[in-house]
Amino acid sequence: MLDPMDYNDQDMGRVEVKNTTCYMCACRCGIRVTLRDGEIRHIEGNPDHPLNKGVICAKGASGIMKQYSPARLTKPLLRKADAKRGESKFEEISWDRAFEIMEERLGKIRKTDPKKFALFTGRDQMQALTGLFAKQFGTPNYAAHGGFCSVNMAAGLIYTIGGSFWEFGGPDLERAKLFVMIGTAEDHHSNPMKVELSKFKRRGGRFISINPIRTGYSAIADEWVPIKPGTDGALILAIIRELIHQGLFDRDFLVRYSNAAELVIDDPEREDHGLFKRVEKPVEEGCFDPQNKLWWDRDLDAAVGTHTPGCDPRLLGDFRLEDGTPVKPSFQLLKERVENYTPEWAEDITGIPAETIRRLAHEMGVTARDQTIELPIQWTDCWDNDHDTVKGNPVAFHAMRGLAAHSNGFHSIRALGILMTLLGTIDRPGGFRHKAPFPRPIPPCPKPPKGPEDVQPETPLNGMPLGWPADPDDLFVDEEGEAVRLDKAFSWEYPLSVHGLMHNAITNAWRGDPYKIDTLLIFMANMAWNSSMNTSRVREMLVDRDENGEYKIPFLIVADAFQSETVAFADLVLPDTTYLERHDAMSMLDRPISEYDGPVDSVRIPVVPPRGECKPFQEVLIEIGSRLKLPAFVDEEGKRKFRDYPDFVVNFETSPGSGIGFLAGWRGKGGEKFLKGEPNPRQWEMYAKNNCVFHYKLPRSYQYMRNWNKGYLEWARAHAMTRYAEPITVHLYSEVLQKFRLAAQGKRPGKQPPERLRKRVEMYFDPLPFYHETLESRLVDTHAYPLNALTQRPMAMYHSWDSQNAWLRQIHTHNYLFVNPRLGKVNGFHDGDWVWVESPHGKVRCMARFSNAVEPGTVWTWNAIGKAAGSWGLTPRANESQKGFLLNHLISEELSACEAGEHMSNSDPVTGQAAWFDVRVRVYKAGADEPKITSPQFVHQPAVPGQQLRKGRWQAYFAGVFRNKTGISK
Amino acid sequence: MHPAFSVIFLTTLIGAGQGLFLALVTGQLYSLANLLQPQDSLSFYATGSFLSLLFLVVGLLASFFHLGHPERAWRSAARWRTSWLSREVIVLPLFMLLVAAYAAVHYSGLTGSLFVLQDVIEVDASLLLGILGAVAAFALYICTAMIYAGIKFIEEWHSPLTVINFTLFGLASGFMLAAAFSAWKGVDLVGFYSSWAVVFTVMAAVSRSLSLRRNSHLVHKSTLQTAIGIRHKGIVQNTQGFMGGSFNTREFFHGASENTLRLVYWFFLGMVFVLPVLLLGASYWLASPYLPVAAFAVQYLGLMAERWYFFAEARHPQNLYYQSMA
Amino acid sequence: MTQLALVIDLNVCVGCHACVTSCKEWNTSGWAGPLTDHRPYDRDPTGTFFNRVQTFEVGEFPKTETVHFPKSCLHCEEPPCVPVCPTGASYKRKDNGVVLVDYDKCIGCKYCSWACPYGMRELDEYQKVMKKCTLCIDRISNDALPEAERKPACVLACPTSARLFGDVHDPDSEVSMAIREQGGYQLMPEWGTQPANHYLPRRKTCIQIFEDELERADNPLRKEAPLPAAEGETLDDVSF
Repeated sequence: MLDPMDYNDQDMGRVEVKNTTCYMCACRCGIRVTLRDGEIRHIEGNPDHPLNKGVICAKGASGIMKQYSPARLTKPLLRKADAKRGESKFEEISWDRAFEIMEERLGKIRKTDPKKFALFTGRDQMQALTGLFAKQFGTPNYAAHGGFCSVNMAAGLIYTIGGSFWEFGGPDLERAKLFVMIGTAEDHHSNPMKVELSKFKRRGGRFISINPIRTGYSAIADEWVPIKPGTDGALILAIIRELIHQGLFDRDFLVRYSNAAELVIDDPEREDHGLFKRVEKPVEEGCFDPQNKLWWDRDLDAAVGTHTPGCDPRLLGDFRLEDGTPVKPSFQLLKERVENYTPEWAEDITGIPAETIRRLAHEMGVTARDQTIELPIQWTDCWDNDHDTVKGNPVAFHAMRGLAAHSNGFHSIRALGILMTLLGTIDRPGGFRHKAPFPRPIPPCPKPPKGPEDVQPETPLNGMPLGWPADPDDLFVDEEGEAVRLDKAFSWEYPLSVHGLMHNAITNAWRGDPYKIDTLLIFMANMAWNSSMNTSRVREMLVDRDENGEYKIPFLIVADAFQSETVAFADLVLPDTTYLERHDAMSMLDRPISEYDGPVDSVRIPVVPPRGECKPFQEVLIEIGSRLKLPAFVDEEGKRKFRDYPDFVVNFETSPGSGIGFLAGWRGKGGEKFLKGEPNPRQWEMYAKNNCVFHYKLPRSYQYMRNWNKGYLEWARAHAMTRYAEPITVHLYSEVLQKFRLAAQGKRPGKQPPERLRKRVEMYFDPLPFYHETLESRLVDTHAYPLNALTQRPMAMYHSWDSQNAWLRQIHTHNYLFVNPRLGKVNGFHDGDWVWVESPHGKVRCMARFSNAVEPGTVWTWNAIGKAAGSWGLTPRANESQKGFLLNHLISEELSACEAGEHMSNSDPVTGQAAWFDVRVRVYKAGADEPKITSPQFVHQPAVPGQQLRKGRWQAYFAGVFRNKTGISK
Repeated sequence: MHPAFSVIFLTTLIGAGQGLFLALVTGQLYSLANLLQPQDSLSFYATGSFLSLLFLVVGLLASFFHLGHPERAWRSAARWRTSWLSREVIVLPLFMLLVAAYAAVHYSGLTGSLFVLQDVIEVDASLLLGILGAVAAFALYICTAMIYAGIKFIEEWHSPLTVINFTLFGLASGFMLAAAFSAWKGVDLVGFYSSWAVVFTVMAAVSRSLSLRRNSHLVHKSTLQTAIGIRHKGIVQNTQGFMGGSFNTREFFHGASENTLRLVYWFFLGMVFVLPVLLLGASYWLASPYLPVAAFAVQYLGLMAERWYFFAEARHPQNLYYQSMA
Repeated sequence: MTQLALVIDLNVCVGCHACVTSCKEWNTSGWAGPLTDHRPYDRDPTGTFFNRVQTFEVGEFPKTETVHFPKSCLHCEEPPCVPVCPTGASYKRKDNGVVLVDYDKCIGCKYCSWACPYGMRELDEYQKVMKKCTLCIDRISNDALPEAERKPACVLACPTSARLFGDVHDPDSEVSMAIREQGGYQLMPEWGTQPANHYLPRRKTCIQIFEDELERADNPLRKEAPLPAAEGETLDDVSF
């Protein structure tokens, strides 16, 4: 064997190095791909990338095994004429034929009733394009996975502070001293979080994790506070109460930057009860939250306009205006609201001792108050006050799905936003920091269509498929107040469902409620498995037929790179490329990868040619868009406007001459402009030269306090990031919610909820956060089903994507149900035993694993490791299907019938966020005679034509020879 | 440890082969001292040492199955300064060579006296080879046993008892084989070899009991606490980091149930120590040539079980790292 | 003499397995490759890895610590696996202390693995030779790479930089200082193997709040709601 000192890796073959962007999860780290003789030798983090700074995760480093996976689809496929849907029997067809089928079918739909075409996408990173396509087609039935992911987190915080976590903003761990993470194991933004977390700990920061389970990040927390799932709201409200009672809040911050001191009309008899008292003042049209409200001046003992120079308003008290209107500062209302939310009250609900809750509040309050940061950065606020410094209180938070995936998540998250505001930590050093284009107005400007008339044949949708309702008149409902969208988003059932309700799309389409559709196009979403609740039933719906023998969902197109469970149910399969084979734009129009210091967007540039006949889904959309002559894709003469997706990215403008396109960097003819500017034909080249990323660093004085930073807001408006430069006042008190409540109470003209929903809307559209038990817990006998069941994402896998990955699946080959040993003792089973987990909606047989790192009232498992036999390129004997299981079978997508309706979604009543984590279960030992495999099992899913299954039992990957040796074709 | 059958065959077969050779040499020495009738060179010593050689060759062949690359086995003589395995690899063929020479000398009748020691002992080539072979046989016992006893981390093995056991088991089975061989040949040495076989079996029973007792009371130096460096009584592994098994889970765990283990334990105690002695005892009265053969067969089977148990009872400290998957 | 080693900081390791697969990825196509997988898409997939991340739970609920524990060859200063090798395939490099296997000399007898108390060696069951962590010898000694990248793949990948790499014999190296100042320890010290790799323990940050710190003179509540005036008579009305 050659001595390693004499060995040179570069001599082993022809070496090329290319930069692109990872897509093994949604982080979008910069990667450097080394090729040897055209085959992938090595994928490493790009040290010059602002997001990951050279690091990479387990998934990112396993990209090779995704690229050469036997689960890859490589041919367009059509369900065989004699095969039933779900049997996974396909014939290969050409792309031409596939396009003809789609052109004919979709063309017909568009000419008659565009809403009969529905497009739902999974964890894609091209919502700018898929959304544009839907709008151009004219269908409102478009959404991505956000509704069943974390829309509560987005909506709850954006409706409160104008930004949220992950892509929208995050904790400033560089300067924080105390970091509180609620309900996150491993999650979005994972590499940057890991990088920052370790630096934070090494700097001596204190890290508290509040989570029913101690895994992932929580493992290295200085303190783990186990909490019962779904009770975070109670904890946060109790902390808020303690902070207010101790006077541990940043008064100055609240007064200036939130609506805490603004006067709310307090007379239940009046039609405008609960709204801010507004005075006549010229306001910019379209601005939802103009500066025409009042404070109560302590010296004058009278109402004055907000931000009147020299005025120090009251935060507490009740007052009477000159015209006799009784008013209270909204902070007074908040104080009244939390009065009964004592730590002792929260102890019973959360399982956290009252003393701990108090201590947590004190740690937060005292750290925020006593360890103030002051940076020598000059800035000017929206009221023209010059500040010599930027101040910050070093308490930072992070939270994601743990808070969000409950039916009470919206209000828990609103409470978290308020807590962060009380501590004075919004867009300040050491606290929460926004990422461009956030902060945005509360709520942001884009609005959904307003009624059935906005959907017309051969016409683009009038309105955005997804938007941000600011009052009831923004709802997308018909005259009866019922939904126009298939998933019933933006209806009175889930008024602020800003990301749609993809989790109900199939059930609704199957039932024909609100109407039947014709064609459902699913892009990289595994709706026949881990992306659906009630999976077994959804699989039946997909193959269910009406009395004429026609499928209830007549035509199903699935675009995916891999043989997922959903592929088996397709009528038409479109093979997508992997991330290493295509162009992508992580666009400012979608969710860019901005940093705290300024906007950042990035691209993917292919490093290897597509395998087989794989075609990027973007190319598919542009081709269909051109064939159907959707206005954005053709010129006035109806001729195809864009050669391909890279051409589209360069030349598309949101409207002719708008200067806004998919990429923000190197715009203008010579690449001299950014954010806004004419198309630059050499834009791709410039991205390629710059590590595939564009990063604009704001001047220091624009980097903080952006909700109220005059310089920044004017800059943002000048660069077309926002429409207004109005200050974005934190909504401690949400007038938006109150408007919906007033409508439900019949006190407001305009759109009215159907009778069945009045009580529901009135209850949940509370302008101040409140704690309520989850909907599921209220409808289920919690004595019979005493446990909460959760799923978490393991760090080495992303959703369902990685069981086909030969390296990653060795780490998680199947999943266990993790239970506290106490639970096993009580219920008579041991570590490793087969058990049944049963909810009111179904039951699953699996294996139990004892763990002391879980709160005894909770059981949990890793998400989406269980697979259907034969899917994802695995043999039917693979552990994933025989020992792995899916918790989704236990979770219903609909609530049992209640006053609000027969088929209400199992979702947050405000946002439509799928309430995955509300499910209640019991666990008991499986019979000794039962088979030792998981239940339920499904008929084996055969491989499809074009899949290159690996022969032989051994796989020895060595770049440069592997493809030839294993017979993988290009 | 996972019992490797190639190694079980190797150690038991060559152990018996060495023992048989030692028995032959013992017989020769006794006859030299006129304590026993001299035996025929060809039919007894040559055939007997061929039989010994057969055991050694089969054992050696079995050992090749243990190697990933048997074609490179020759390389393994390189590190005799540090590696007991390397030493075994040298001593085993050397011993085989001596046995072969011993057999050849007897076979070809080259047993003419070379010189006479102290006017009494007639020294011939076979005696010299026999004595050299005996030294090599003992050296081989030590080398073989030290492969196991020399690994200090495997505390069940790391004891002089391992060397003593290997030697005594080899002697017992070898003399048992000699008794069987004598009975089969109709040679009047059955009683002689049987007696020694019983003596060695009893000694082995004592020393193996001591090692079993030692192992059952063994407090391992390594614990989960030292393995990961965390001081706490309640450490439990949640996951070993993979789920489909690895070399570490295949090589170092026997994978058998407690019941199997107990079964093997009693099986080998009965088969190695009790039954052969009873059978030999019976052969005194019944004088059947089959009984010593049966005694050897039984003991050999028992020794395979013993060697299996020898592996299974050894708890490698690396196992601390491989307790659970999730 | 130089002794290269890893120092693994358990205080920041979140158990993400980045080191596991980046190691596999680099080494399978490198000097020490391939790292074979068996039944990669079938039941009980298994394969050769040089590095694993394990998880331990310490203590009973609710006083539970979850400890992620990366595990790879410790490159002992007294490597027990080396002298037992009958062929000399296992060796410790004189120039940097890395313990390596020469696959061409290895006969696959597995004896070295028995002689490693840590279970750090894995037989490649396809190639039938013993394999183990090389500290990415073909990276760290590759002059074509920029200095900053001449590190093991796991070290470069680790998002929490929980893996430090350097010469533990150089008292001023980053690794030596970390061991010295942060309580670096060796695994199974009872065997005298003197592993070159060290581990850094968990460290806790606490906040102490004294009772009298809770309320300060500038407590914002003092700015709000003065005490309401007593209703009815006051002493001023009734006394003299």
